Amino acid sequence: MSTLTTNYLTPTGREEAWRFTPLSRLKGLHDAATVVADHISLSSHSVPDGVTISTQPSVETPPNSLTDDLVVQRVRDGASRVTVLAIAANAAPQSPIFLTRESGSSAQLSRTVIRAGVNSHATVVVENVGTGTFAEEIEMILEPGSHLHFVTLQEWDNDAVHLGRHHAIVGRDATFTSVVVTVGGSLVRLLPTVEYAGPGASAELYGLYFAGSGQHLEHRIHVDHNLPDGKSRVNYKGALSGDGAHTVWIGDVFIRAAAERTDTYELNRNLLLSDGARADSVPNLEIETGDIVGAGHASTTGRFDDEQLFYLESRGIPAAEAKRLVIRGFFLEILSKIGIETIEERIMNRIDQELSKVTIA
Amino acid sequence: MSTLEIKNLQVSVNTEEGSKQILRGVDLTINSGETHAIMGPNGSGKSTLAYSIAGHPKYTITGGSVTLDGVDVLAMSVDERAKAGLFLAMQYPVEVPGVSVSNFLRTSVTAIRGEAPKVRTWVGEVKEAMAALSMDPAFAERNVNEGFSGGEKKRHEILQMELLKPKIAILDETDSGLDVDALRVVSEGVNRIKETNNLGIMLITHYTRILRYITPDFVHVFSNGRIVEEGGAELANKLEENGYAEYVTA
Repeated sequence: MSTLTTNYLTPTGREEAWRFTPLSRLKGLHDAATVVADHISLSSHSVPDGVTISTQPSVETPPNSLTDDLVVQRVRDGASRVTVLAIAANAAPQSPIFLTRESGSSAQLSRTVIRAGVNSHATVVVENVGTGTFAEEIEMILEPGSHLHFVTLQEWDNDAVHLGRHHAIVGRDATFTSVVVTVGGSLVRLLPTVEYAGPGASAELYGLYFAGSGQHLEHRIHVDHNLPDGKSRVNYKGALSGDGAHTVWIGDVFIRAAAERTDTYELNRNLLLSDGARADSVPNLEIETGDIVGAGHASTTGRFDDEQLFYLESRGIPAAEAKRLVIRGFFLEILSKIGIETIEERIMNRIDQELSKVTIA
Repeated sequence: MSTLEIKNLQVSVNTEEGSKQILRGVDLTINSGETHAIMGPNGSGKSTLAYSIAGHPKYTITGGSVTLDGVDVLAMSVDERAKAGLFLAMQYPVEVPGVSVSNFLRTSVTAIRGEAPKVRTWVGEVKEAMAALSMDPAFAERNVNEGFSGGEKKRHEILQMELLKPKIAILDETDSGLDVDALRVVSEGVNRIKETNNLGIMLITHYTRILRYITPDFVHVFSNGRIVEEGGAELANKLEENGYAEYVTA
């Protein structure tokens, strides 16, 4: 795609893609009539050898992919400059590359492009803290043989509004792993999406979310198997607690006719910790070829397993602590995918904090 | 010296057809150092007895009493019963994903002892207990009961018993799913713990096989929710010969 969309529509809430989202809480981010600041909001204080970060005019860095998301189109239109993070071919920085968000008081648009060079191997961590209202797009281009480990942390204060598309274009024999952690924000709606630019590419998408009272946390995964021998794994786990806590998980996986020998599995589990919380979970698998290695999905939403709690309590562990152990255990599988111990501990502490605010049913 | 005293215990369970009585007046007293085998056919209520004493929410006590050294057990929460000195080795230990055995043991021991074990001695204590049950130290890093074989689950139960040092232990069909070697290791563990801690044991079993390794002081035959015959170890031999036919009423 080489031209920017110039006319976009305002979602009404009747569209399939927006039907779960409370538009009135978007602070106008979706509304063509609202004035939104153009702001370069992702930056890094220091980058390791073999990695460069710069800002470029949007016209010189056109989008690399198609989108039908109205807010993302608006980001593409409105952001005049793009943050470009480039990992050189064969570079393998030992330490993660941290991108931090400089959020302001006004609504913002932000575009970022991450380019992982041939056979490079790197970890990029995007940290979102504090508050803000913004819509963003991060495109990641994985060149052949590269490995990109992409971690996004939504540790917002509970009044932030964050809409975003994180799109990976995975090249031949490249591997993309992502871990999305959303534990803050008033309204967060993320689109972790994947397409393939070469055969033999692999994507693993992990996610963890915890919605407290009044929080709307939405993750809409889209994996487009458009080439042969591709692999994808999706595993998102969420917990909800408190009145009006709402999570939405959509898992769209498409296996096109050309995508022979595709191997895919997606999973979403939700743990309801109290009354008044609602988890929507919609896995969706469309297969256009008969020649696949595997394709499956599973989705469960439930309360605590009484037998697990009884087992722990019968060993002297008080009920509240037993529940905390079960929740920590539930999230550990995802959390451990981050691979950075200090961050894993920080997120677990945040979850403990959220848990301590509520009486677990 | 501790005493678990069960008097006229009556228990029901809620089913789709309404409340169904399972235990119809159980009387049993277990003192420290005694081993009581509870034997009976499937469906006679043996496991209900075990889980009711441990406080499983599925069961409703409709009559009778259970006391440990005179203190009302039925008024306690599940964790309080464990802290009071009761332990239930389960027939089907439950998987707890994401919680490692070492974390679980430490949390449990901390709760029971009322303080965290000292790091230096704790590691050695666990290692020693595991070695005594022929368990690989790597076992401690696995998630609780996740992917454990039948034998590993039962060893893990006995390991907990060793570390938690209960006054009275209820072993629910601990012999089920064990091959001869595992049965021997587990039984030796039980005997050792009994010897060291003067443990009182309620040993629930369908078969006499485990009684070759753990010698009961008393045998109680359970049928239709109550004890229908009592005797010494010799009663088990009679059951081995004749089965439960004479105790099962239509």
